[in-house]
Amino acid sequence: MTDFTNANVVLETRDLTKHYGGVHALEGANFVIHQGEHVAIMGDNGAGKSTFVRQITAVEQRTRGDVLLHGKPTHFSSPIAAREAGIETVFQNLALADHLDVPSNLFLGREKVKFKFGPFSILDNKAMREATMAGLEKTGVKIPNILNSIENMSGGQRQCVAIARTAAFASKLTIMDEPTAALGVQETAQVENIIRTLKGQGEPLILISHNMRQVFDLMDRIVVFRRGRICANLKVSETDPQDVVAYITGAKTGAEFPEAA
Amino acid sequence: MSKNQHGIGGLTFDSKKKARAPEWNVFFALLLIVVIFEGLGQALMGQSLLFDTGDRFGTIFNEARLKIIILQVAIIGIIALGSTQVIILGGIDLSPGSVVGVTAMVAMSFAQVGEINGMANPKLMFEGIYNLPVILPVLVGLCVGILAGAVNGALIAYTKIPPFIATLGMMVTARGAAKWWSKGQPISFPTDGYAALGKGMMPVVIFILLAILFHLILKYTVYGKHTYAIGSNEQASRMSGIKVERHKMLVYTIAGALAALAAVVLSSKNLTAQAGMGVMYELDAIAMVVIGGVSLTGGRGSILGTVLGALIFGVIISGFTFLKLDAYYQEMVKGVIIVGAVVLDQFRQQRAASRM
Ligand SMILES: Nc1ncnc2c1ncn2[C@@H]1O[C@H](COP(=O)(O)OP(=O)(O)OP(=O)(O)O)[C@@H](O)[C@H]1O
Ligand SMILES: [Mg+2]
Repeated sequence: MTDFTNANVVLETRDLTKHYGGVHALEGANFVIHQGEHVAIMGDNGAGKSTFVRQITAVEQRTRGDVLLHGKPTHFSSPIAAREAGIETVFQNLALADHLDVPSNLFLGREKVKFKFGPFSILDNKAMREATMAGLEKTGVKIPNILNSIENMSGGQRQCVAIARTAAFASKLTIMDEPTAALGVQETAQVENIIRTLKGQGEPLILISHNMRQVFDLMDRIVVFRRGRICANLKVSETDPQDVVAYITGAKTGAEFPEAA
Repeated sequence: MSKNQHGIGGLTFDSKKKARAPEWNVFFALLLIVVIFEGLGQALMGQSLLFDTGDRFGTIFNEARLKIIILQVAIIGIIALGSTQVIILGGIDLSPGSVVGVTAMVAMSFAQVGEINGMANPKLMFEGIYNLPVILPVLVGLCVGILAGAVNGALIAYTKIPPFIATLGMMVTARGAAKWWSKGQPISFPTDGYAALGKGMMPVVIFILLAILFHLILKYTVYGKHTYAIGSNEQASRMSGIKVERHKMLVYTIAGALAALAAVVLSSKNLTAQAGMGVMYELDAIAMVVIGGVSLTGGRGSILGTVLGALIFGVIISGFTFLKLDAYYQEMVKGVIIVGAVVLDQFRQQRAASRM
């Protein structure tokens, strides 16, 4: 397995913390991901996994702590700033607009334009349609007609659109929050293929998943969250599912994370 | 778009069997309503609603009636263009009727003539402000509408007050401002230039031009795409990086500007401005929008639909007058139509949801 040295850290968080009023959803998360590395985040429902992602991608503003991209501290003002910096995210609650068609959803918030004129810039629908076709062909996603609105598609197809959205744009880091939770066997296999493709291209990825098989098949490392804190950081090659379950349920805690017990 | 008969990934897809655009349904509804009134006209009055039965001018249509139908919906139609955008955005605007009132007052006070029949105009609102070029009262009016719309937008976007409440506040406030402006006195005697804006079929021309403009904007610009996106899923739009607050400001501001244009045309057509102008216009505008197939829950609808909705609205009102039915019935039927259109929309939503 590739050795991930500190020389090529892509993203690092230091003491990343988020409180919702009295709810300490995320507490002092120190996390690192290297170039080409695929890291799984696991943990029970409500452990703070999605909250962690929302702080990195600036969907919310963090209470405390630092996020460093390629060693530089970042203060993204909005999800689009994070995306412009190269962090592509598939959110858990699919960020799709139901009444719009596939190209509109793929390019939501970053539409291609023919003619720039502030908010009244003219859309380049043809270019977006073609890029969508190309992107979907690449991922092998099956969709009858990309010009139908998303609301008429199956849950799996919608999910695939959301994933194709991240895959269609070159990025420094891809984050997927439970991308296969609602998918059938075939669609899950497709998503896993997309993840393998990203691995082959050397693109780093953070995958939030409850699926042990998937994590052990695809990932290099597992970071376990418990009650808002990171409680374990395990190389897939040096651990096994029982061990991970023990960390998730709190039966065990990593030696370097005493406060998470 | 694609050469073959297949969709992406090899699923069969017959491009010839694309879903019919929803505007067609509105169009068929329009035809149906015309047919109903024709039938009633023949049966009850022995007359045709739209066709020229007397053969007085050798024309097919009863031109005078057609003109009346279109003319009477044109001004409220201009407001409805703004309401369409607000409702697609997932909001609602109850203020345009009152904004019409205050804008008409303010614009007219900058549009007065200096002399009437050779005598100095005794009803001047401001000493020394008369005979201004027509562009000035129009711009002043636009500013009033834009201000009202921007306040609506700011309240809704940044203080998170529900649109219903924010614009209800503006509805009451703007009406108050309209009365305060001239202490309740009407303002009259505009310049010829100003009077030309609402003369004859000008309201219709302005309505159609604005409808085309906003149809293109909604269909082909980023502004349009984001309006639909926010109405469809505000959270997703925000996560995708759309500046939702700024966009809401813009949409409500444009709705305010359109209400102001309606006010200019209306006061020009009537040659006077009164504080009570435009009362209940917002509801008629919303009715046109809803009849036109724009969903009150946002994300769905079009300018074309609203224009057809306005025509349906006009045919029904004219039809009632034509059948010599009381104005009371008109009001009641208007209410039934609005609720009916919303119920229809609910059915459509449920059908869409059950397919998922
Ligand atoms: N906006 C919010 N306001 C208050 N509490 C919140 C908010 N968002 C999340 N929380 C709380 O923070 C905790 C962590 O939530 P989070 O969504 O990060 O869990 P998760 O690990 O992603 O769980 P799951 O596996 O179910 O997706 C939960 O207890 C949740 O109730
Ligand atoms: Mg989650």
